[in-house]
Amino acid sequence: MSGHVHRDDFGSRLGMWLFLVTEMVLFGGLFIGYSYMRFKYPAEFHHGGSELNATLGVINTLVLLTSSLTVVLAIVAIQRAQKKLAMAFLSSTLVLGVTFLVIKSFEWAAKFHHGLYPNSAHLATLPPGEQVFFGLYFTMTGLHGLHVIAGLSVLGVMLWWVATDRIRQDRYIHLENGGLYWHLVDVIWIFLLPLFYLAA
Amino acid sequence: MSEYVEHSADNQGEHHDEHPGYGTFIRVWVALLILTGCLVGASHLGQTYAVWGLLTLTPLKAGLVFYYFMHLRYEGPLFKVVVLVTLGTLLIFFALLFSDVAFR
Repeated sequence: MSGHVHRDDFGSRLGMWLFLVTEMVLFGGLFIGYSYMRFKYPAEFHHGGSELNATLGVINTLVLLTSSLTVVLAIVAIQRAQKKLAMAFLSSTLVLGVTFLVIKSFEWAAKFHHGLYPNSAHLATLPPGEQVFFGLYFTMTGLHGLHVIAGLSVLGVMLWWVATDRIRQDRYIHLENGGLYWHLVDVIWIFLLPLFYLAA
Repeated sequence: MSEYVEHSADNQGEHHDEHPGYGTFIRVWVALLILTGCLVGASHLGQTYAVWGLLTLTPLKAGLVFYYFMHLRYEGPLFKVVVLVTLGTLLIFFALLFSDVAFR
């Protein structure tokens, strides 16, 4: 290395956006599948939605929206060289992300307790439309949950890099891209809330 | 890690001309919370309101996150085009599916 590093922040962000676009298509396909199934089984989806805990869904929405805010505030703090503040904001995001997963696990545990889980004997006795509803519910919230775990892992590394000055006022593209991923996870949840939890 | 970082002027200039402050994002967050409240309220008013709430308030919320939190507002046209082309593609697939379903 000649000590001369080429850097292209614009290209980095463009690459991240292109990746995010593939994520949008991935979830978009599921959303289109959902809309067709809801069109086909309106009563069953309405009934399925009434089985979900809307309060937990709304609380988790508030948790994720706030976690998105703290990521973007961490970027503002880094731009102003307020390292400790940036670390506090990022830590808040991590705590909120874990809170989301804990609430989600309680919600899923309650469903399992009622015999509602993929391929369960109870699920097989329900009408086809409700089986489809719960199939989509577990697929979409499960895939979203995996994205939350991935996002938390990425942001955990970002916190480490802020702490060790690898991310700093003049170089924070990694934090921006990690934040972009987290916001997309938030956007997907914004759609999941009305499609499942408020469907009744 | 010490390194010499070379920047071209336009590489920086396209994005970081103006950094929004804390206040901008906190206001957007408050708007998102209010819209969530409206969405929940609409879902209690009946099926028609719930569907209209879903079709209007949800994209509005997503738009706010894209535009402000994801900094699209501060990016050049390329990023906006990339996102719009994607959404347009999904819309085409959606329309194709329902044009098939509707005429069976």
